[in-house]
Amino acid sequence: MSQIKNIITPLTEEAVKSLHAGDAVTITGTIYTARDLAHQRLVAALQNNETLPFDLRGAVIYYVGPSPAKPGRPIGSCGPTTSYRMDAYTPALLAAGLKGMIGKGNRSPAVIEALKKYCGVYFAAVGGAAALLAQRVRSARVIAYEELGPEALQELVVENLPVIVVNDCYGADLYQEGVRRYKKEG
Amino acid sequence: MRTIPFDQIRDTVARLCIEANCILGEDVVRALEKGREIEESPTGREILNQLLENQQIAREEMMPICQDTGWAVVWLEVGSQVKIEGGELYDAIQAGVAKGYTDGYLRKSIVADPLRRKNTGDNTPAIIYTEIVPGDRLKITVQPKGGGSENMSEIKMLSAADGVAGIKKFVVDRVWRSQANPCPPVIVGVGLGGTFEKCALLAKRALLREIGSLHPDPFYAQLEQELLEEINKLGIGPQGLGGRVTALAVFIEAFPCHIATLPCAVNINCHAARHRSAVI
Repeated sequence: MSQIKNIITPLTEEAVKSLHAGDAVTITGTIYTARDLAHQRLVAALQNNETLPFDLRGAVIYYVGPSPAKPGRPIGSCGPTTSYRMDAYTPALLAAGLKGMIGKGNRSPAVIEALKKYCGVYFAAVGGAAALLAQRVRSARVIAYEELGPEALQELVVENLPVIVVNDCYGADLYQEGVRRYKKEG
Repeated sequence: MRTIPFDQIRDTVARLCIEANCILGEDVVRALEKGREIEESPTGREILNQLLENQQIAREEMMPICQDTGWAVVWLEVGSQVKIEGGELYDAIQAGVAKGYTDGYLRKSIVADPLRRKNTGDNTPAIIYTEIVPGDRLKITVQPKGGGSENMSEIKMLSAADGVAGIKKFVVDRVWRSQANPCPPVIVGVGLGGTFEKCALLAKRALLREIGSLHPDPFYAQLEQELLEEINKLGIGPQGLGGRVTALAVFIEAFPCHIATLPCAVNINCHAARHRSAVI
């Protein structure tokens, strides 16, 4: 693995441009959790010109539905959920200022195109490494959609959250490149 | 007849839900360690490192290996000489799941209706499969099954003429199309034969096998080995980012078949092949 890059949120255009598919990155700062139903609501709010529960400009969204926090802990286990389910909503959020996403699994061609167009980046966290990832979360608070339970929108403060750049703003895709490199024919 | 109290069943199920979600089986840990030795991709090795460190943290802190603590699939072997006292068996199982998911700070991921999608709040209902066996014991196995890998599963009604080649093509292709989504390295459960629904059930039950164990029938043991080798040639690797270790194991369960059919089901599990049993 290449040397680990540290990045701070909110993400600047310059920071996004410095990232390339395959880079190992740690993220420090504020990020926002949102998955299926929360995405539906965020995009509906954008379409209705309503104010969103957080500032999308430079923001990083983490696709996660954490397990409940034990007493005295900020959060329970919190690994990434599969990203393709959010594909339909992502281009609209990138157009409105979203810069980064953390999830797992492949993105649609439309999302990869939107990352190029709006200068965004898609990171993968290790699916199943949920207890390890929880140790990098310093605080968590629900900021909207509390009634959605594990799908509520949360603001997390993270320190050195380990991720890997999968899709950069130049159109590269680590999933395709990595698998191509190791595929054996026959 | 032997009498087992309702509360004992409920409390056992609750404990199994928590332990299954927080303590990864030794067989899986060994398979991940072996995978780390043979993985050629540096990114893949780093991911396997994270998964091994993760299971250690989960075990020490008794927190879930994965935030998706799954659907509680409960397998029962009920001795015909067992009588439940203080309530009904299925009620005890459901109460145990509700208690385990609440007391253990496990995520509640079940919605009451597939379209209206309101969370039931306690991860019930469990999916329960019951077998009546001779004797006076009750064996309970809790197998929490995550949604991400379940979504990559599929059943196909093959033709008898498709044979072994058709099965291999379908199983390998199913893993190929799944890519990173089920959190590889995966464990692949394959059901063969039976009816449409029985076949899917066989694939799920296959996931309870211990990694490293051989199929009792050498014919199927060899087919499992061949499928594992083909899957690990795909290059998908840990987390789908490229590498050698795409699957840790392939397990087949076969059952008698109608002359006109060859059902084949694939149930995919992420690396966290969680299950825990107790005998009361």
